[in-house]
Amino acid sequence: MTPSLATRTSDPMTAARAPDRRGAGTMLLGAHRAGYGADLAGHLAYHGQPPLPRAGDAGWPERLAAAVEASGLTGRGGAGFPSSTKLRSVGVAGATLVVNAMEGEPASTKDKALVSCAPHLVLDGAQLTARAMGAARIVVCVADDDHHSARVMSYAMAERSGTGVSPVTTTLARPPAAYVSGEESALVSWLDGGPGVPTFRPVKGMPLSVRRRRALVHNAETLAHVALIARHGPGTFRSTGSPDAPGTTLVTVTGGVARPGVYEIPMGTRLEDVIAPARPTDAVQAVLTGGFGGSWVPAAALGTPYAPRPMAAVGGVVGAGVLVVLPRSACGIRETARVAHYMAGQSAGQCGPCVFGLPALARDLTDLADGTADVTTVRRLHERLTAVSGRGACRHPDGVARMVHSALTVFAGDVTAHVGGAPCAHQARPSMLPPSTAR
Amino acid sequence: MTSITVNPVACAAYGYCAELLPELVTLDEWGYPVVDGAPVPPTLVALARRAARECPRRAFLVDEAPDPTGRGRSRAQAGR
Repeated sequence: MTPSLATRTSDPMTAARAPDRRGAGTMLLGAHRAGYGADLAGHLAYHGQPPLPRAGDAGWPERLAAAVEASGLTGRGGAGFPSSTKLRSVGVAGATLVVNAMEGEPASTKDKALVSCAPHLVLDGAQLTARAMGAARIVVCVADDDHHSARVMSYAMAERSGTGVSPVTTTLARPPAAYVSGEESALVSWLDGGPGVPTFRPVKGMPLSVRRRRALVHNAETLAHVALIARHGPGTFRSTGSPDAPGTTLVTVTGGVARPGVYEIPMGTRLEDVIAPARPTDAVQAVLTGGFGGSWVPAAALGTPYAPRPMAAVGGVVGAGVLVVLPRSACGIRETARVAHYMAGQSAGQCGPCVFGLPALARDLTDLADGTADVTTVRRLHERLTAVSGRGACRHPDGVARMVHSALTVFAGDVTAHVGGAPCAHQARPSMLPPSTAR
Repeated sequence: MTSITVNPVACAAYGYCAELLPELVTLDEWGYPVVDGAPVPPTLVALARRAARECPRRAFLVDEAPDPTGRGRSRAQAGR
């Protein structure tokens, strides 16, 4: 077992407040729940000092990487790779560490929630990771329409300057708010003075660069977890969640619920228990998991543990942690058509199969929901799903195809009824999708 | 092993590749080339290089097998 990296400090201010620090090592939003301010004083009172390396401690980067590896933390941005891999990237001296708080997923609000409640946890994680990699600078990316997060972040960055908890230069960047802007090659392209659209990378995993130096992109939530693991050790992180998928995660629950919002849950919590606190307004018909480029899961699978492997077994996705609840009273095909139309509009417009394929998919789905489609349309829809998959510079078309494919499976009964000529009974019903899709 | 890829950002559906190399390239309903990652048979390597040369957008890429001697054509030179 790797020892904790935390350096114990006895801060008289902390002791005087006799703080309630239950759950301090495991919850990202713990300080917020315990009533501590999101400012630096509140953050340090609850979490203590970040365990940055002492000068000349050459073994520190590897100890941090080992602690993160032992914790089993995986990237919380969607891809879900082990986080220790990026920490051990070689040849990154002088690199840029990019903090992705872009909230690219239209239905997601987890980056906003995390930045609002715990900006210093994100910044601690960025500093620790930057020091471990030998990165020269940190750039925090907040979308140009997310003014609240930007204000909180710039305030937090100003508070840290000159305090010793910010050894690596940190700046805030405001890339354009668009679905594909948060994709890592798009983000890095924009930071490097480019157009901010996904880049074609012929070799899988080809390194990204800013000013001809390596750039590594980390999701904000992933970094916040690193800040806790560095303080309390991997054992504390693993004390919650499941052995396969340890720790907690942030989930945005939205759609047909009375209390949409961001919930922090232990990985492996049953799907129905994840959505229960958001209070579904009606019997649940299905859940769109992993965001708009994710996958529908039927109500029959609500007992599934919310973690990458068990979710994949029922055709679901954890991804960036979005759950859109579809009530029994809504039409899955109609809502899927709406999502597909929205996603078609979010294409960067670079790759033919995405530019032409996504609107074609959306039109087929609309015809289906209108009751004007026949079996030929359904067959063509399946062919088009194959035609758009894996044919773009980024995974945008693949995600849409996956989502539509899951809809044709989960709502197979509706497909049959619509092909039989029955138009959708819910045609005039307003969408249950979150309003951010009107963006 | 020689293989072909398409840069989907650069590609503008001219379709020359499918005309020159119908054995390995088909067009989707919008005219964009579909290729699989299978190795190019030795008899078609010359045609694949020609398709890469003829592509007006330089979007058709021939990925040559790395030469064990290390003197092989690099990715950047391939198809030029």
